[in-house]
Amino acid sequence: MADAMRAGDKTPSGVANSKAEARPEVLFSDGGHFVFRAKVFDANDLRRAITRIAHEIVERNHGAEDLVLLGLYTRGVAIAHRIAEVIASFEDLTVPVGALDVAFFRDDISLRQVVPLGATEVPVDIGDRIVILVDDVLFTGRTVRSALDAITELGRPRSVQLAVLVDRGHRELPIRADSVGKNLPTKKVEDVRVRLTEVDGADDSIELWGPVDEPFDPAITESQ
Amino acid sequence: MMKSLLSIDDLDRSGIIEICDLAESFLTVTHRDIPKVPALRGKTVASVFYEESTRTRLSFETAAKRLSADVMTMNMSSSSVKKGESLRDTVQTIEAMGVDAMVIRHSGAGAPNRVATWVDLSIVNAGDGRHEHPTQALLDVYTARRHLGADLSGARIAIVGDIRRSRVARSTTKAFAQLGAKVTLVAPPTMLPDSLVGWPVVASSDFDSVLPEVDLVYLLRIQHEREDSLAFPSLREYTERYGLTRDRADRLRPEVLIMHPGPMNRGVEIAPEVAESDASVITEQVENGVAVRMAVLYHLLGSGAAVA
Repeated sequence: MADAMRAGDKTPSGVANSKAEARPEVLFSDGGHFVFRAKVFDANDLRRAITRIAHEIVERNHGAEDLVLLGLYTRGVAIAHRIAEVIASFEDLTVPVGALDVAFFRDDISLRQVVPLGATEVPVDIGDRIVILVDDVLFTGRTVRSALDAITELGRPRSVQLAVLVDRGHRELPIRADSVGKNLPTKKVEDVRVRLTEVDGADDSIELWGPVDEPFDPAITESQ
Repeated sequence: MMKSLLSIDDLDRSGIIEICDLAESFLTVTHRDIPKVPALRGKTVASVFYEESTRTRLSFETAAKRLSADVMTMNMSSSSVKKGESLRDTVQTIEAMGVDAMVIRHSGAGAPNRVATWVDLSIVNAGDGRHEHPTQALLDVYTARRHLGADLSGARIAIVGDIRRSRVARSTTKAFAQLGAKVTLVAPPTMLPDSLVGWPVVASSDFDSVLPEVDLVYLLRIQHEREDSLAFPSLREYTERYGLTRDRADRLRPEVLIMHPGPMNRGVEIAPEVAESDASVITEQVENGVAVRMAVLYHLLGSGAAVA
């Protein structure tokens, strides 16, 4: 249960908490006390990562013609728009961007409160297109699994690929990302906090936070 | 976490808004090519209707199916009820088959409340006697908010018809009042409750004076098939004084909304051309009903229900 509440998973609690600046920070829905541990990305790092991901996507698919970017609420949608902007800057073509809410497709609906985070909006027919799923943090993989189910209801894409800003490990399903901004080894109890200007009103950043009472081994994070 | 929806009183203001927000998501689901989500896969919903109904029953069953729940339908005419089985035995039998929720309609006021004490599953009241019809109230509020804005505080609503015998009037009035709307009950004195103490409303028996100052006219069905309950000399006289005729519709504000829970008696409480006019959102109420009932079932059976 507690794991499912961490960032990288689609819960309102992580969103509500992201604006707070004071440290150490309390207020996680599981009642834990979290403290700041490491800065993973600043705004420039994040911009570079998105630029690289945009290039990787186009390179892998030999162009951007048949692509459609589908962001997962909440931050995935913002990242998808940014990737589309970058692609437009060098490919002279606007890739359609959609937003996907996976709430009703989750497998833990009966285990915790799952509420929709936004409306699913897909601007084009995804049939026979290459769908790039975009999210901020890849963790257990369960959100991505739900997204795959949600996509199935919308049509039959030629292929589905996954782009994430952070892969923090601890997969519970055989799912991997095709483009990764940063591989970040973490402990399961830790929390990766992504902030994006358009969503959080704060400067772009990615930070690693952990429970107060959990010993922190910087070597795990620094090793990357 | 709520287990059952027996009365609109089970939801406070924020609860009503939460259901409306959920319904908004489900409405987009119902507009897709595949209007179905796996949210309640593995759950079973039984629809147990002791009273005639087409729209409410179909609406609930459609809602459950669009959430991927299995639906069990009890057909009264061919069930053991005909052999004299008691309500208690019937619902306990259904419970023993392993259902997760029971949608129940019964002519006895309070029947769903009784059922809820006998069985350990989610009960949704789909109308009990003259008591309550909470999902109708929710779909009414949802439909009104879509047109009048999310904030209904100050919205002026006239509910017209046999208030006294209407479970719809009871639930819908309370729901609108919860959201801050100003409700006026319009009916001949014989169709008003004996006492309005505790009702957050005003009453009037003069429809014509209320007409020009409302944002929403809600017409109730006159149950003329029950002659004894007509409480009025004749249908024609009712139409003359309380029917939404073309003439009365012309005196409404141009942006007014006209609602009716159905089924309509065209030519009695509403003129056919008024029911078809742009101001009428009667068919939309039906469409929204499915999304709202999806929200109710999801609220009761999904969304953390197992750990509640």
